[in-house]
Amino acid sequence: MKPGENQPLVMQAKGIVQRYGQVMALDGTDFELRAGEILAVIGDNGAGKSSLIKTLSGAAIPTEGEIFLDGKPVKFRSPIDARRAGIETVYQDLAVAPAMSIAENLFLGRELLKPGPLGKLLKLLDKKEMLAQAIARMNDLKVGIRSMTQAVETLSGGQRQCVAVARAAAFAQHVVIMDEPTAALGVKEGNMVLELIRRVRDKGLPVILISHNMPHVFEVADRIHIQRLGKRAAVVDPKTISMSDTVAVMTGAKTVDELPAEALA
Amino acid sequence: MKFSTTLILSSLALAIGSAFAADAPIIGLITKTETNPFFVKMKEGAKAEAEKAGAKLMSAAGKIDGDTAGQITALENMTSAGAKTIMITSAGDAIIPTVKKIQAKGVQVIALDSPFDGADALYATDNYKAGVLIGQYAKAAMAGKPAKIAMLDLFPGHPVGAQRHNGFMSGFGLKANDAKSNELSTAPEIVCANDTNGDRAKGQTAMENCLQKDPDINVVYTINEPAAAGAYNALKKAGKEKGVLILSIDGGCQGIKDTEAGIITATSQQYPLKMASMGVAAGVEYAKTGKKATGYVDTGVTLIAKTAIAGVDSKDTKVGMDLCWGKK
Amino acid sequence: MSTISKRNIPWGVLGPWIALAITCLFFATQSSRFLSGGNLSLVLQQVMVVGVIAIGQSLIILTAGIDLSCGMVMALGGVVMTKFAVDYGMNPYLAILCGLGVTTVAGLLNGLLVTRMKLPPFIVTLGTLNIAFAITQIYSGAQTITDLPPAMTFLGNTFNIGSTEVSLGTVTMLILYALAWFVLRETAPGRHLYAVGNNPEAARLSGISVDRVLLYVYALAGLFYGIAALLSVARTGVGDPNAGTTENLDAITAVVLGGTSLFGGRGIILGSLVGAVIVGVFRNGLTLMGVASVYQTLITGILVILAVAADQMSRKGAR
Repeated sequence: MKPGENQPLVMQAKGIVQRYGQVMALDGTDFELRAGEILAVIGDNGAGKSSLIKTLSGAAIPTEGEIFLDGKPVKFRSPIDARRAGIETVYQDLAVAPAMSIAENLFLGRELLKPGPLGKLLKLLDKKEMLAQAIARMNDLKVGIRSMTQAVETLSGGQRQCVAVARAAAFAQHVVIMDEPTAALGVKEGNMVLELIRRVRDKGLPVILISHNMPHVFEVADRIHIQRLGKRAAVVDPKTISMSDTVAVMTGAKTVDELPAEALA
Repeated sequence: MKFSTTLILSSLALAIGSAFAADAPIIGLITKTETNPFFVKMKEGAKAEAEKAGAKLMSAAGKIDGDTAGQITALENMTSAGAKTIMITSAGDAIIPTVKKIQAKGVQVIALDSPFDGADALYATDNYKAGVLIGQYAKAAMAGKPAKIAMLDLFPGHPVGAQRHNGFMSGFGLKANDAKSNELSTAPEIVCANDTNGDRAKGQTAMENCLQKDPDINVVYTINEPAAAGAYNALKKAGKEKGVLILSIDGGCQGIKDTEAGIITATSQQYPLKMASMGVAAGVEYAKTGKKATGYVDTGVTLIAKTAIAGVDSKDTKVGMDLCWGKK
Repeated sequence: MSTISKRNIPWGVLGPWIALAITCLFFATQSSRFLSGGNLSLVLQQVMVVGVIAIGQSLIILTAGIDLSCGMVMALGGVVMTKFAVDYGMNPYLAILCGLGVTTVAGLLNGLLVTRMKLPPFIVTLGTLNIAFAITQIYSGAQTITDLPPAMTFLGNTFNIGSTEVSLGTVTMLILYALAWFVLRETAPGRHLYAVGNNPEAARLSGISVDRVLLYVYALAGLFYGIAALLSVARTGVGDPNAGTTENLDAITAVVLGGTSLFGGRGIILGSLVGAVIVGVFRNGLTLMGVASVYQTLITGILVILAVAADQMSRKGAR
């Protein structure tokens, strides 16, 4: 049985076209994300990878096409719209405030307020509760950072990435999108982040993972969406396809028809 | 024949006429700031005199006290616009090189109020004398009582600040530098000296701190009347306004009012209008005859005090109000 | 406060207090009058105008902005409120509100230019600095406004704690600092302000309306400048169009000495109070010692550099 074959579709996109002036970034791309999977999205520069992710995360509005979340059509006007629909994005530059603590960053923009009029009128923060929840969530995901009150800038690159991932996982209800999460990390830290991504999936949140790092993709992804020239070229199974074949499809050296049937997902 | 004579005569007349019209001398006035009533009065005097003499007046100012860059720009612009005489109240010696440059182009530069090296002429208050007068008055008013003096100065290095300060000390009978010095002298009777920038709030702060140092100060010299008003505030808050003499210099209408109200004991009045009108006259003379003005003309200073004291020549506040500058 | 790192002692936080303590100890040894209640109360009164301006300036600097027009806007507010009361015979409290309104609108103008036109705060406030100055001079005719109704100067009144006179204006300044400190530390808007200063893109992606935060901050700062104007009027007893010329840089100096970073997102507002007090203490202490005023300026300049250097070093140590 192929991975996720009988799983319901969490997110789907049909015929997405994205035009920036004269440039056609997406030329009728399709996309499917199944429940409980890590879907890697790969593609060469200019393939439309980032444009696709931008439309899914609400950062860009597609020129044509439809997006469905849990079977229902959705239109995102901004990243906040997508967030409200339960889609969390971990951006490449992490979007954390370095001088603020981990707990503060976790709840940035969604601070917990004290109950009653203190919270509603005066907007007083419930710092104790935020700290407690921060600790709970980090422990849940087995992230090994000692203190939630230390400033994010005191953390290593990998630890910072874990904070950003944990934040997304904490608030996401449907989907977590991660843009190049291991790009700037060394071997040990990169593996730490991959472990974390697996735990997120195991908690029931499907993950869309954009990455250039083939070994990491093959290590952690359940399926791989290959984007090429503004369209989806193929969706492959990392367990049955070779890395070189994958790269070949990505660069156009091979077409999807030239792949053996088991390679597809 | 008749027609051509008319033609020749009329074109001759036209030529002569335009030559005279082009003769209206252009005179520039550059003050330290636009809005200080002292300079407003100066500008008024210059405009009136210019109209009388048929000259055209251009005016400009620095943005704040000490804005030499603004004055340098004005010097250059006025020279290009054809000013043959420029009167300037110098904001600082940084203008000297530019002054030399435009003098080489034939422009006459007259210093008003604040002296600087290289000016063709200086029409100003004798600031040293202004200080001497109030110093003499204070000494006479003390009538032999031991004095504890606070000096509320301008800021370091300014010639006017130094002249008034040293003049006051000299008039009071203390040994001090002469009128040529830019340095402030000290004496054992002076228990406190502070800078005020000529500003009211800073005058108050300076006086407060001086009182903390020595609560028995009984004579206060102030660089100008806003500083004096600030000093009075501080004394009043400390309950000491009755027994302390406050001396100042300026003679603006607000200051004369303050003297009448007992806030300022005595002040030396100076005459910005006279400075400006003399400057314009010199400008017109230079344009007409090519003769430059030279030397220093003292535009006069009068001691104004509410109460006259034997041995010191002063005028009362009514005279002061008649002659004052600023809004009456 | 956002950044208490458990590992390192944040010198940016403690530094100003230590500097103030050392300075006071030094002057206490130089003059017996320095540590008296009366003298210290005096120093607080002397710094209260700059102190309140520095609250507004701190908020703006925390968002990585700057406001060069603060002193001039304050002068404008002072002239407006006094002229309305004296020349038009307006009810003094209403006149005060008008003055506060004018300064708040000036702040709002700064905020709009920064957020809508996306102009750098340095440039914007450089422009409004000149505009405010000119309007103040023209409207007042360069004359001070005197004979104020006592209701306008009530903040200059004092009451006694023991034998020490404390002015209402000082108390007002302290209360305002406490309020600002509380809001920045304990409320969501306070936290959003820090985030906007520390990483505006992160704040935006987290759903914080960066433009709205900035607009509020500049307008609120304008309100603080108006309150400072009221304090200035109470202290000098007049509406002075020439007030505020040195307060521009003095307020920024106070904020920097207090450990707030000019790059935004870091700093405690109480530090600005300490910064303002340090400058006032030096001026007062040096006068008591009989040292010439020019040295006060020299020392302030040295302190500013030390403060910025200490802030830089403490951040390097935190990494």
